Amino acid sequence: MDQTSNIIRIRRGLTLPLLLLVVWEASGRLGLVDVRFLPPIEDVILTAKHEIIDNGLVGQLGSSLLRNIAGFLIGAALGVSFGTLLAAVRITDRIVMPTFNGIKQISLLAWIPLISVWFGFGEQAKIVFVALAAFIPITLNTHDGIRDAPRELIEVGRALRFNAWQRITRILLPFALPSIATGIHLGLIYSWLATVGAEYFLAVGPGIGGLVIAGRERFDMALVMVGVIILGFVGFIFNRLAGAAERRLLRWRD
Amino acid sequence: MAIDIGFEGQAQRRAWSQHRGVRWVRRGEAFLFPVALVALWWIASALGWLPEQILPAPAYVVETARNMISTGELFYHAGVSLRRVVFGFSIGASLGMILGIAMGLSRRFEDYVKPTFLAFAQIPTLGWIPLLMLLVGIEETLKIIIIAKGALVPVALNTFSGIRSVPGKYLEVGRALRFSPWQRLRKIILPSALPSIFTGIRYGLTHAWTSLVGVELLASSEGLGYLLVWGRQMFWLDTVIIAMIVIGIIGFAMDRGLEASEIFIRRWKRQSEE
Repeated sequence: MDQTSNIIRIRRGLTLPLLLLVVWEASGRLGLVDVRFLPPIEDVILTAKHEIIDNGLVGQLGSSLLRNIAGFLIGAALGVSFGTLLAAVRITDRIVMPTFNGIKQISLLAWIPLISVWFGFGEQAKIVFVALAAFIPITLNTHDGIRDAPRELIEVGRALRFNAWQRITRILLPFALPSIATGIHLGLIYSWLATVGAEYFLAVGPGIGGLVIAGRERFDMALVMVGVIILGFVGFIFNRLAGAAERRLLRWRD
Repeated sequence: MAIDIGFEGQAQRRAWSQHRGVRWVRRGEAFLFPVALVALWWIASALGWLPEQILPAPAYVVETARNMISTGELFYHAGVSLRRVVFGFSIGASLGMILGIAMGLSRRFEDYVKPTFLAFAQIPTLGWIPLLMLLVGIEETLKIIIIAKGALVPVALNTFSGIRSVPGKYLEVGRALRFSPWQRLRKIILPSALPSIFTGIRYGLTHAWTSLVGVELLASSEGLGYLLVWGRQMFWLDTVIIAMIVIGIIGFAMDRGLEASEIFIRRWKRQSEE
């Protein structure tokens, strides 16, 4: 694409956000809407500054991220192993997979009450929930990826007299890598969602989700907005990172 | 147990499983695991491994379920949730489709709207709930908006990419036949984008259902999500478990229903092409 059209596209892309900002600012100044519902932009920035400097916003974000990563790693490790096991051992696949497919229909957030009874409201419960969120898509995609391995590939392994472990690590897992990468991508997105959900419902301890809920309870729209923007931003970064990791992991295939 | 990762003889096996008996055995296998789980659960509660508040006996859960069905309580809450989803999903999916079609048809509209749309789409549905609670309160409007938002994003994105991947050749045919823009949309673009739109609708419905549970957990006095919260607060784990099962069954049924209609529409499309 040539340069001028790129500039046009950027200009067009910025039009709507700028317009929205202008309307936002103007409606506050002209008193068209209640500032409790739509605080001036200035207030939102000041709140962000205040939260960063006085209330340890960075620390809150850090504990959310830590929780997210811990849960994600546990869920991913379990998911890849369980998915591989299911796909590689046909009898467990036939016996367990239908149940797994049934259980995955329960929407994620519905697990929270049960998890809170079993694991309490603390860190443990949150990490279990985040791990569950990552576990489900990663298991499914690992399973499907390995199941799709063509027969010829398996035969090569047999010709080379690979044992079961070698077949899994040298043939099946590399073959399933694109599918596993998709699972990991989804797992990252879901686990961030789960982190937010866990912090909403199991509201003990620091975290961005807790911050947003606190903002709502105090009717502090500026604080809620700051929290929501951070939520979106972190989600965006995770999505980008997962995409980049996926491309990197799969580069050897070209 | 030998690790069986050979895939040889798949054709023979398929021939075998055509056999009725084998098929029934296969079907039976799927129930082994759940039956074993329930047996374990039953033993665990019979021997009192876990306190009743942590894991109620299966018989107790069944009894509660029967009670909730006979009093109509379960249907009432499920009905409330379903109504919200149908309403919110219809609004969200229609808006998403309109947005996706508009972005797909006009590069100019895409340039103006898509970056902002993507930025908003980054914020998880859960993030919007507290914000909207402050704006519109915790009544029905909140639930409908949240559910609609959950459906809108995947429908819009998939409709958009479906329209963008209509093969150029098809459009040329339309030009050669001097189709009007309306004919082009109806006869070429939409049919060709249909599979992708359907994918969006299925994702949209899944998202809508998840969003419903989220919003009902946070702010509701009826519905399946409310049942979860209420059961949790009262330490009625039987109610919690029943609500979870119903949420799973409805989610499953909706997804299967859409899958079936997708197959139906594709078949109809193929027939009408012939």
